[in-house]
Amino acid sequence: MTFSEILNQYQPQLIARIGEHFWLVGVAMLIAASIAIPTGILLTRRPNMQRWVLGFTNTVQTIPSLALFGFLIPMPFIGGIGPRSAIVALVLYALLPMVRNTYTGIKQVDPAVREAALAMGMTDRQILRMVELPLAAPTIMAGLRVATVTAVGVATVATLIGAGGLGDFIYRGLQTVNSNLILLGAVPAALMALGADFGLGLIEKRLVRG
Amino acid sequence: MPSDPPIRLSDVTYEVGSATLVRDLSFEVGVAETVVLVGRSGSGKTTALRLINHLLMPTRGEVVVKGRRTTDWDPIQLRRRIGYVIQEVGLFPHFTVARNISLVPTLEGWAAERVEARTKELLDKVGLPAEVLSRYPDQLSGGQRQRVGVARALAADPPILLMDEPFGALDPITRADIQREFLAVQETLGKSILFVTHDLREALLLGNHIGLMDQGRLIWMGTPDEFRESPDPHISDFRESLA
Repeated sequence: MTFSEILNQYQPQLIARIGEHFWLVGVAMLIAASIAIPTGILLTRRPNMQRWVLGFTNTVQTIPSLALFGFLIPMPFIGGIGPRSAIVALVLYALLPMVRNTYTGIKQVDPAVREAALAMGMTDRQILRMVELPLAAPTIMAGLRVATVTAVGVATVATLIGAGGLGDFIYRGLQTVNSNLILLGAVPAALMALGADFGLGLIEKRLVRG
Repeated sequence: MPSDPPIRLSDVTYEVGSATLVRDLSFEVGVAETVVLVGRSGSGKTTALRLINHLLMPTRGEVVVKGRRTTDWDPIQLRRRIGYVIQEVGLFPHFTVARNISLVPTLEGWAAERVEARTKELLDKVGLPAEVLSRYPDQLSGGQRQRVGVARALAADPPILLMDEPFGALDPITRADIQREFLAVQETLGKSILFVTHDLREALLLGNHIGLMDQGRLIWMGTPDEFRESPDPHISDFRESLA
C-alpha cells in the first residue's frame, strides 16, 4: 500500500486521533500552566521552597516517559488506564520548564526596576501584576513553548495505556512493520509540534512589548 | 508637633547580621532644604536613604517623617509621599514615558485629565519635549532617562525627595546642565531633599547642608561655606581629593 492509499483508508481514524492528541496535550498544558505559573511566582516570594519544588520537578523529568506511564496505571484517583493517566504524566513533565521559566523570568527583572517600583509605593501585588509578570512574560512563554513541544512528542507514548492519540498509528506500524503507518502517526505529530511552537511564538512576540 | 521637620533621624543604627551599616545617625532635613550626604562607597549613605522610605527598618533609634515614626506609617502610604530617584533610574522598560511618569498619580486614583495635565507639566519642568511621551525608555538618551526619572519622582507632588547619585551616570556636560536645572526647579518647588553623592563638587553646588559619612557614621555636618573653611582633618582630606 502506498502512503496515499493508507491516508485514504485511515482518514476518519486519523482525524479522531489528531483530535485526541490535541485534546491530551491541550488539557495537560492548561492544567500544568495553572499549577506551574503560580508555583513559580510563589518561589520568588518564598525562596526557601525553591530547593524542594525544583528538586521535585527535576526528579520527575528524569523518569523515562514509558516508566512514568507504567507507574501511573496502578495509582488510585490520578492513574488507571486511559487519558487521565496520560494527562497526569504530561502535566508532570511540563511542570519543570514552566516553573523554572516563571521563576527565572521574574528573578531576572532588573533589580533597579523592582526597587523603583517598591519605593514608589506599589504593593507586592501591583509590582507582580504591572511590572514583574509583563517583563517576565517572554520567558514564561518560552517555557510554555518548550513544554508544549515536548508534550506533543511524549503524548505519542500515551497509546500504550489506552489514551489514544497519534501514537496509535506509530505502535501499530511498529508491530506490523509498516513504515507508512508509522509515518501516519509521526508526521501529524511533528506538524502539531511545529504548529504549537509557531503559534505560541507569535503570542510570545506580542507580549514582548505589552 | 508642628515644629517637627519633614525628616528627622535620631540615633539610628542599622545592622544586618554582624555588620553595622549605619551607626548612631542623627540629622534633620528641613522644609525646602537640600541636605547632601557625601562619603566613600560603603559609608552608609544609601542605607541612610533607604531607612527613610521604609525600604529598611532601623535596628535602633527612630526615623520620623512628617511627625510620624516610619514604623508607624503604612509603608505604601509613606512611599507615595516620598519621591525616589536612583542612579540606575529604574524606569519601567515596558511602559511609555507617559505611563512611567504618571504611575504614582494613577495608583493614587487621580482622574485621567488631571494625570495627563500633570504629566505634561512635569515634562516641561524637567526640560523634555512633548514628543518623548509616547516613547519607551530604551529609545531615550541617558540624560533624558534621568530627567524622566526625576519627573516620575515628582509626579504626585511629594513633599520629600530622596536622590541616590541621580546624576552619577551622566556625562559631565549633561550633568552640569541637569544640576543647574535641579537648582532652578528646587527654587520654585521647595522640596525637602536628601541627596546622596560621592561627587563633592555636586554636593557643594546643590546642598544647603553637607554631611560627611564614614563607616556608617556622620562625622561632620555643616553648610558648604563651613565645609570649604573647616580645619577638621577629615574635611581637608576630603577636600584634597577634589584637586
